[in-house]
Amino acid sequence: MTTTEESAAQAEAPARQRALSGWKGRHILDLDTFSRAEIEHVLETADAMREVLQRDVPRVPALRGVTVATLFYEPSTRTRASFELAGKALGADVLNLSASGSSVEKGESLIDTVRTLQAMGVQVIVMRHPRSGAPYLAAAHCQAAVVNGGDGWHAHPSQALLDLYTIRRRYGTLAGLRVAIVGDIAHSRVARSNIWGLTTMGAEVVLCGPPTLLPSGIGPRISTAREEVAFPHVTIEHDLERALRGADVVMALRLQKERMQSGLLPGLREYARRYQITAERLALAQPDALVMHPGPMNEGVEIAPEVAHGGQSRIEEQVTNGVAVRMALLFLVARGG
Amino acid sequence: MTDNAGPILIHGARVLDPGRGVDAVEDLLLGREGILASRTATPVATIDARGLLLVPGFVDLHCHLREPGEEHKETIRTGLEAAARGGFTTVCAMPNTRPPIDNAAVVERVLAAAGAAGRGRVLPIGCVTAGRAGEHLAELAELAEAGCVAFSDDGSPVADAELMRRALEYAGGLGLPIIDHCEDPALARGGVMHEGWVATRLGLRGQPAAAEEAMAARDIRLAALTGAHVHLAHISTAGTVALLRQAKREGLPITAEVTPHHLALTHEAVLYGPPDSLLPAYDTHARVNPPLRAESDRRACLEALADGTIDCVATDHAPHARTDKECEFDIAAPGISGLETALGVLLTLVDEGALTLERAIEAVTIGPVRALGLDRRLPGLGTLAPGAPADAVLIDLDARWQVEPEHFASLGKNTPFRGRTLRGRVVATFSGGRLIYDARAAARV
Repeated sequence: MTTTEESAAQAEAPARQRALSGWKGRHILDLDTFSRAEIEHVLETADAMREVLQRDVPRVPALRGVTVATLFYEPSTRTRASFELAGKALGADVLNLSASGSSVEKGESLIDTVRTLQAMGVQVIVMRHPRSGAPYLAAAHCQAAVVNGGDGWHAHPSQALLDLYTIRRRYGTLAGLRVAIVGDIAHSRVARSNIWGLTTMGAEVVLCGPPTLLPSGIGPRISTAREEVAFPHVTIEHDLERALRGADVVMALRLQKERMQSGLLPGLREYARRYQITAERLALAQPDALVMHPGPMNEGVEIAPEVAHGGQSRIEEQVTNGVAVRMALLFLVARGG
Repeated sequence: MTDNAGPILIHGARVLDPGRGVDAVEDLLLGREGILASRTATPVATIDARGLLLVPGFVDLHCHLREPGEEHKETIRTGLEAAARGGFTTVCAMPNTRPPIDNAAVVERVLAAAGAAGRGRVLPIGCVTAGRAGEHLAELAELAEAGCVAFSDDGSPVADAELMRRALEYAGGLGLPIIDHCEDPALARGGVMHEGWVATRLGLRGQPAAAEEAMAARDIRLAALTGAHVHLAHISTAGTVALLRQAKREGLPITAEVTPHHLALTHEAVLYGPPDSLLPAYDTHARVNPPLRAESDRRACLEALADGTIDCVATDHAPHARTDKECEFDIAAPGISGLETALGVLLTLVDEGALTLERAIEAVTIGPVRALGLDRRLPGLGTLAPGAPADAVLIDLDARWQVEPEHFASLGKNTPFRGRTLRGRVVATFSGGRLIYDARAAARV
C-alpha cells in the first residue's frame, strides 16, 4: 500500500498505455506523457503546417466538418487567437466560448460545460483554466479530445511545443543544447511544460531565479542530493550570470506584479537589477544564443527592450510558429497520426 | 446470530485485550450492563468464534458526523452505522457542525440523535471558542456539564496564542483537554496539499510541514506554561513527531493521535490516484487537512505510533458529498471518509511488518481511552474487563477485501483507498452487549 517508486511506476503503466494509444482523440494535457518520438512527430507535422501557412491561400480542408471549441476561463489573447487561426487554416469550425469568473467557482459547471459541448458534436476542446489540473477533470468526464491551453501554474503544452519547434528550427536538434529558463518558475506553467519537453528531447535545462520563485522540490540541490524532486534532470541556479554562461537558448518568463504584493520579492527594481536579461548578460551566453519569451513581456523588468527586439530574439517567430504547432496538434487529435 | 435481550457468549475466539495484557483463547460473556465474569449468567445465545480475533470495541477520538447542518454528507445515524461496520463502538464527534457544538442545546441534540440511532456511543467534543470564530471562549463549563469530553475548534486552529493560553487554563480547571488542530494560518494559507515535489510538479500551492510544527511547538509551550492537557490532533510530520517526543521526555501533559491515511499514504496519492486514473490524477479524494505528507514523514509517524510516542490512531472521518470532490482540486472539500477502512489499513500495516497486531489494536482501544482519560467517565472503556461496557469486535484477520466505497454505510464515499486491497475485516460488532453489526447479515442484504 505504500507508494514506493516501484508501485508508482506500476500505477503509471496502464494510464500511460492508454494515453499513448494513437493520436486520434488523444488528450493533450501536458508533455509528461510524450515520448521523444511523439514530440518529433508533432514537430514534423508542424513543418508541414508551416508550409501550408506560407502559401498564397494559407488554407487546407483537412479538418472540414470538425468542430473545435476554445473554452477559456481566463483572459488570453495570443493563445486563443493562435488556436482559432490554426483551426480555421485547417477548415475546422471554431467555436469560441468564454466563461465568466463566477462560473469558475463551481467544478460542476466545468463538467457540465464539456459534456454539453460533446453532446453538440464538438470533437476538440481547447481549454484554458486558472486552476491547475482542471483539464484533467474535463478529460475524465468527456469523450472529446481535450487540449490544454494552459492550466494554473501547471502546464502549457502547446507553448512548450512551439518553443521546442522554434529552437529546433534554429539548431536542427534539441539534444545537447543548454537552455536557461529565467524568472518566476514557481508560477509558470510554461516553465513546467518546457522542462518536460526539453529534458525528454535531451537538452540540458538550467532554472534560474531568486529562491522565492523556485518552488520547493523542483530540482536537485547540491546540499541534499538524495531528496525527491519534481524534475531530477534540471540544474538550479540562483546567480543569473552563472546560469547564462554557455547557454544556447535563454528563455525569460513574465513576472507578475502580484508577486510583489504577496511578499515574494522586495520590488521590481531589485528584481530587474538581479534577473533582467540585458545585452551585457546575454553576452555570457553562446554568441548566437536564442532569446525567447512566451509573452506578454514586461520590457524593462524581466527583459531589456534592446534584447527583446534585438538580433538574437526569436520572440516574434515563436508567435508565428505557434499557429503551425497548434495546427499540428488539432490535426493529430482530430484525424489521427 | 441473535439480538435477544440476555447475555451473549462468544466462544473460542482469540481474545486480544491490550489494556489488560491479555492474548489468549477465552470465552467472553457480554451482558447489557457490561462484560460479565464467565459463568455468572446463562447466555441466551452462543456465537462460535473459533478462528476469529475478539478485541474491545474501538474508540475514535476524531470523527465528523456532520449533524446538525450537513445531513447530506452524513447523519449521526449513518455515521454510527459506518462506525459499527468499522468496529468502532465509541466515537467522539467534532463540533464543526452547523450550528457548531458550542452550547448545551446542541450537545443535547447530538446525544439525543445518537440515542435514537441505537447503536454505539457518541461522546461530543465542544468548541473552544464561541461559533469556532477564535474570538472568545465558549461556555466550556456548560459544555462539560452537558457531556462534552474535550474541546476543539478542529478545522480551524485557535490562532491567537493569548486566547489559546486562557482556553487551556480554563479547560484545565475543568479537567478536560483541548484537542489541537495544529496549523499556522499564515504559513498554510491557500495551501491545498503538502508543500513538496508533488505540489511543485502539479502546480498546486502547498502547505509546508512547518505550518503544523510551528503551532504544535507553540501549544506544547503553552501546555508547559499552563499545566493543561493538549491533545495534538492528526499529526502528520516528522518535525511534529520530534516535538512530541521532546515534550513527553519533559513530562508535559501532551498526547497525540495519527490517522490511518497519514500512516499509509503520501502526497504521491494526489499525483497517482487510484490504479485506473489518468496521469497525473489530481485525486481530490487524497485532499485532506493536514495534507498527506512525504514518505519520511509517514515513516516517522509510523515509528512513533509503534514505539508509543503517538498515543493512538483516530480516523478524522470526514464524509463529503460527491459534488464536494468531483471538481477542480483546489476547490475540493478536504477530508476522507475513514471509519470503514481504518481497521483494514492498520491490519495491512501489521501484515507489512510495520506494526505489531497488539499495538495496532491498542491504538484504537485503550490507547485513545487513556489519551483522553475517558475511563474516568466510563470505567473499563477500551478493555474487556468484567464490568467494562460490553463493546467488542470480532475480526477475521485473514480476510482480504477490496475497498468499494459505493458499499459504505457512510454517506461519504470519499476515500483515496478505493480499489485497494486491505487485510482484515470486521465480522461482528457488539455495543452494550447487543449485536450492532453482523457482516454475514450485511452480505445477505
